[in-house]
Amino acid sequence: MASYPADFKYTKEHEWIKPSGNTATIGITNYAQESLGDIVFVDAPKAGTEIKAGATFGSVESVKAVSDLFAPVSGTVTEVNAELATAPEKINKDAHGSWIIKVTLKDPNELNSLLSAADYEKFVAEEGSH
Amino acid sequence: MSVVEAEPTLRKTALNAVHRQMGAKMVPFGGWEMPVEYPAAIGCGIINEHMAVRTGVGIFDVSHMGDIRLAGPGALAAVQHISMNDASRLAIGQAQYSALLYPNGTFVDDVIVHRLGENDYLLVINAGTREKDFNWVRDNTRQFDCKVEHLSDDFTQIAIQGPKAVDLLQKLTDANLPAVKFYWLTHGTVCGLKNILIARTGYTAEDGFEIYIPSDEATSARVWNEILEAGKEFGAVPCGLGARNTLRLEGKLPLYGHEISDTLNVWEAGLDRFCKMEKTDFIGRAALEKAKAEPLKRTLIGLEMTGRGIARDDYKVLDQSGREIGYVTSGGPGPFLKKNIALAYVPPAFAEIGSTLNVEIRGQAVAAQVVPTPFYKRPKKN
Repeated sequence: MASYPADFKYTKEHEWIKPSGNTATIGITNYAQESLGDIVFVDAPKAGTEIKAGATFGSVESVKAVSDLFAPVSGTVTEVNAELATAPEKINKDAHGSWIIKVTLKDPNELNSLLSAADYEKFVAEEGSH
Repeated sequence: MSVVEAEPTLRKTALNAVHRQMGAKMVPFGGWEMPVEYPAAIGCGIINEHMAVRTGVGIFDVSHMGDIRLAGPGALAAVQHISMNDASRLAIGQAQYSALLYPNGTFVDDVIVHRLGENDYLLVINAGTREKDFNWVRDNTRQFDCKVEHLSDDFTQIAIQGPKAVDLLQKLTDANLPAVKFYWLTHGTVCGLKNILIARTGYTAEDGFEIYIPSDEATSARVWNEILEAGKEFGAVPCGLGARNTLRLEGKLPLYGHEISDTLNVWEAGLDRFCKMEKTDFIGRAALEKAKAEPLKRTLIGLEMTGRGIARDDYKVLDQSGREIGYVTSGGPGPFLKKNIALAYVPPAFAEIGSTLNVEIRGQAVAAQVVPTPFYKRPKKN
């Protein structure tokens, strides 16, 4: 059972965000990688792209399915994890260590509306029991 | 007010509890709740399952497949009337790929016809089309002297697929498996069960067997577990529908509702070699004769993505100017080939091997090359 880092925030669409001052890294949760299965493709926006909280900013594809990525916050992409272009399976191996994009935050207050690790864990426990 | 849609009741195979116990991810497919993949923790996941079948052996529960038996003095004439391949060429113990057609030459379903005995044939049909197929077969064979039985619920069907399938299954049966050629069948004792149908068939573009055992839960679970246990030395893994789909895509084996359907005909689907126009008359023949005289409107091609992206079912195919010319019937990664591949219908003018087309992926045109199919052919043994 992977634990959900307490210093991350989470979305109900299964992204995590790790804030650090006015920047943050964003990835998908261990629950997301488990649900998707073998990840074979990550489509991330280029550096400089503006992302908007709640809107899609890219996608992750497993062998079987395409899954949209939803921005936890608004901001500007500063860096894309290039490693995932050739080795997307890293997300399966270490979802919380494999960031997809880095962003500068437009409004750090947006973080307050996201789920804490404890809340997210509760949320996926309920979702998983359906 | 909101309308609450009733959850359709999904049917379960006799191995449902076993799959759940193994931690399989279960999904609805053709009215059935089926395992799509088994957990990474036991060495599975679609890619590992796919690779096991290509390089070793994988075990599938395919009990959702249906079975129709035609037996009696008129059985051959009935099978000939409702299917496009020539069943008169089958020796006892032989099987063939075929299809049931509508009068307009499109598909009711594709089937494997097994000749079990002198006047005894077994059609293995798709899960999602079971009832439709059975009704079709019954209604269109009334004039023949043969009994038509729907045996779908009588069998748990387990597929053992891969280059090591023969070694695995041989440990569990007294039947002389090396003597059974591809697309032939035999009967033998399997896991202590007498007179089990063992067919050297499959849907993976690999060597393998499909066995038909009694469908009670206890027997099904026992045999499933014994196969997995016997397969340990060959690295056998349980495989779900996810790997079944990627395996059949690499091998260009058609899937009903995708490459074949009630709106696509035999020539479009490129299944000419399984359609024997010279045999006795059969349902769909007249329409196919007529269609043959006219130019094809579309044809099934293989695409390999050369741009960055994965073509998926129903994505649009564009020509180089961006005009929509066709659609993807099945697309995704080919785990063994390590390429993103797709099958698509396009007008024949665009079917030339080596030419470049585009697939529309989330609004972007991504380049793909027309390549020969099947994408994968298993190495022939010397």
